[in-house]
Amino acid sequence: MADYWQGITVAAGGIGTTLYVTAGALVIGVVLGLLMAIAKMSKHAVPKIIGNVFVEVVRGTPLFVQVLIFAYGIPYFVQVLTNGAVRFNWHPIVIVGILACGLNSAAYQAEIIRSGIQAVNKGQKEAARSLGMTNTQTLKSVVLPQAFKIILPALANEFVTLIKETSILSYIGIVEITREGMLWASRDFKAFPAYIGVAVIYMCMTIPLSRVVAYMEARMGSNGGVPRKRKRRKAGF
Amino acid sequence: MIEIRNLVKNFGHLEVLKGINETIHDGEVVCVIGPSGSGKSTFLRCLNMLDEPTSGEIFLDGRLIEEKNINEIRTHMGMVFQSFNLFPHKTVLENLMMAPVMVKKVPAEEAEKKAKTLLERVGLGDKADYYPAELSGGQQQRVAIARALCMDPEVMLFDEPTSALDPEMVGEVLDVMRELAENGMTMVIVTHEMGFAREVAHRVLFFDSGVIQEQGKPEEIFNNPKNERTRNFLSKVL
Repeated sequence: MADYWQGITVAAGGIGTTLYVTAGALVIGVVLGLLMAIAKMSKHAVPKIIGNVFVEVVRGTPLFVQVLIFAYGIPYFVQVLTNGAVRFNWHPIVIVGILACGLNSAAYQAEIIRSGIQAVNKGQKEAARSLGMTNTQTLKSVVLPQAFKIILPALANEFVTLIKETSILSYIGIVEITREGMLWASRDFKAFPAYIGVAVIYMCMTIPLSRVVAYMEARMGSNGGVPRKRKRRKAGF
Repeated sequence: MIEIRNLVKNFGHLEVLKGINETIHDGEVVCVIGPSGSGKSTFLRCLNMLDEPTSGEIFLDGRLIEEKNINEIRTHMGMVFQSFNLFPHKTVLENLMMAPVMVKKVPAEEAEKKAKTLLERVGLGDKADYYPAELSGGQQQRVAIARALCMDPEVMLFDEPTSALDPEMVGEVLDVMRELAENGMTMVIVTHEMGFAREVAHRVLFFDSGVIQEQGKPEEIFNNPKNERTRNFLSKVL
């Protein structure tokens, strides 16, 4: 039993790294995902192509391969490009984790966000535009808040996936939850307690997240579009 | 005043509007009637460029409406939709305040005061803090009218404003529109409410096959239609 407890505490040592890699990737994913979603829906050819190519390339290749390209491919490429003049290395290596996971997540989030925007009734946009609001104002104040409500479950799913997928970063030497477990397992040959500990720690992170999202969904009102309990409040935007 | 010159609108190969010439004067109430698919809604939506005209020109008070001034032009043209299109995530009051605050940069207190006055005017002074989904269809449409009025438009465009309503709620919306007309608002109304058109309109346009087939004072159109198609249409709906 003591072994299992130790497995959990060892894995817990990686929570900090996993959390901030996930948080960084999440920020990149949301921002870039939104931009790519908008690019994909653009009526101009150039942003549309950029958005489509980005999403297709990222979704068409494994995250692990993307991580390897970032971690080892890019430093090599920089060196070749400059004829060996520049010796480029990722330092610290977690940057690779944040960038690769962020870009990867952005592609999936772009598709989620796009589907949400397109699911908002066309009349909403028309009403806002007919009042003289610009495209950007309409998107920000009318379309996105409604799209967000629609995509929240899918987005939450993507966040949970993101937390779990950062485990791949253990292979490039980022000492996050999985790597902590691997290191202990190879040191003390206690593979089972080590990886059970790792699994428990991931669950401790993903289950509360799902609960928070379920709570948010309820608060935002799937019940016919009435958000939360009505109370007198100051109108604001 | 809205001047429409040679307005043509195609959807792909489908010719929806085939060269409309029309002038809508200040203070005039114009009702647009005609069968489904005749182009009357498209005509209305072209006026504020929700549907972009394929060719032709539209002028508001002598100014050509085009891509670069469209947002500003739209602040002078209120629009009311068949399906209300209130913002469901905002309260009634926020629905009314949003455009004045964001587009016209009206201070929030001022916008709120005006919004409340307009809600009183459409008989919904007590609903400011409700969400649209908590209101009946008729109430939602009256809020939508108040929302458009919040921008102080010179012209109001109505796209079948009562078509999505239960029969018992049509009256309350028409009452609001009647009051607007009596107070001199310039209005273009696409409608199937022939009784309302006859009573309130200064002029009736009969659309069919993308053309204004006949137009005139309501009593002329309804009592003594000259065009064969008008007669045919009216015999079915009256």
